[in-house]
Amino acid sequence: MTEMDSTNSSCPNSGANATPAPVAPSSGLKARIEARLEELRPKIEYQGASLGAICALVAFLLLVGNSLTKGQIEQEQLADRLVVLRQVLPAELYDNNPLVDAMKIKDETLGEVEVYPARKAGKLTAIVFRVSNIGYAGPIDQLIALGSNGQILGTRILAHKETPGLADKIEISRSDWITVFNGLSLENTPMKDWAVKKDGGRFDQFAGATITPRAIVKSVVQALQFQARQAKQLSEEVKP
Amino acid sequence: MSDVRLSKYFTSALWDYNVALVQMLALCPALAVTTSATNGLGMGLATTLVLMMTNAIISAMRHTISPAVRNPMMIGVIAGVVTLIDMVMNAWMHEMYKVLGLFIALIVTNCAVLGRAESFSTKNPVLPSVLDGAGMGLGFTWVLVIIGGIREILGSGTLFAQASLLLGEHFRWLEMTVIPDFQGILLAILPPGAFIVLGFLLAGKRIIDRKVAERRAKTHGELVVLQ
Repeated sequence: MTEMDSTNSSCPNSGANATPAPVAPSSGLKARIEARLEELRPKIEYQGASLGAICALVAFLLLVGNSLTKGQIEQEQLADRLVVLRQVLPAELYDNNPLVDAMKIKDETLGEVEVYPARKAGKLTAIVFRVSNIGYAGPIDQLIALGSNGQILGTRILAHKETPGLADKIEISRSDWITVFNGLSLENTPMKDWAVKKDGGRFDQFAGATITPRAIVKSVVQALQFQARQAKQLSEEVKP
Repeated sequence: MSDVRLSKYFTSALWDYNVALVQMLALCPALAVTTSATNGLGMGLATTLVLMMTNAIISAMRHTISPAVRNPMMIGVIAGVVTLIDMVMNAWMHEMYKVLGLFIALIVTNCAVLGRAESFSTKNPVLPSVLDGAGMGLGFTWVLVIIGGIREILGSGTLFAQASLLLGEHFRWLEMTVIPDFQGILLAILPPGAFIVLGFLLAGKRIIDRKVAERRAKTHGELVVLQ
């Protein structure tokens, strides 16, 4: 509490008004309520009840806020994803709407994976995955597009909460770091290279941020391995 | 309470009781996000909004707050307000949220917000509390913009980069390249750069304050001689 105390002492304007505001004699009801609250405040029952009431009120407001904004946020995020999808998937590769054709595939290591198939004239040309791994500050949502030959067509970050200024270079708007993955595959890159340089791999980490790129490399490898593991199921399920 | 006193709450917060430079509070967000002037501005304005709202709410319910449980109650209110702002911005100001979104949740842990709730709003009526929140918030904002600006110029050679994402297309003129083809001093962008710039700002404020005090003493002295 020392911080708060020092605030007090360094702010004379807060000390000057330390006593409760004087109540005008005309507002009798207000004065009575305040006097009653004065009596109640030291009581432990009142303290518990007031704290509980505030928590309940805040929780209720958050519920209302969540239900009001949820649909709109989902729409905005879908629009974001469409923009990102166009960045990772070359336009000549598909004539369907991969977001509409989205499906979920069960996998023993990754759980349920969201997959967006890209088709041209009914033939599967590429698969876009949504993968997420924990970075430095929560999950990093990532889209990865893989060609049918197992090569990475592109990958972009959908959402993250990494440190601004240090780790946000994973965004394409701040740095082109994320494009180093383009064209790589499990075939043309040996397994030991799939790590940041600090761990003996081939991918640059950023000054002051190693955990973030590490999580992204991990996501990319997971997507590649997932495609290899589920190749059969993917080609079957993805049939229109 | 006269109008002069009311406006004093606002103006003194900008310089004399500045959150970052005098109270030395909220240094974690101040140092962490100020890698560019735009980031500083965004964080500052978001904090100002939160400060005004939480100050108003806590001041309005100040008689119901028991001192024994004041901290959890205030933290509850602050966290609720910040989360609501986070959700509303995500839904209806999505472009801005993409720039600022990272910082919004950090505001809950900003001790300046809790500090003002504790030392001011619990003891003052609503209007002064809102003014105090606005002054403290804007005082915080200008310091963040200056730290961010200095670090951005030294670190990347630009100023207010991406300001149009935060403020809208009308403010694209703010974005400028101060030093073209500049590789940048990495130290300025890294955390130590923030500490160094803050140190210079603190020293600068002390020097200005001393000069002002000297001049005041001098003119005062001359007045005494004239009499």
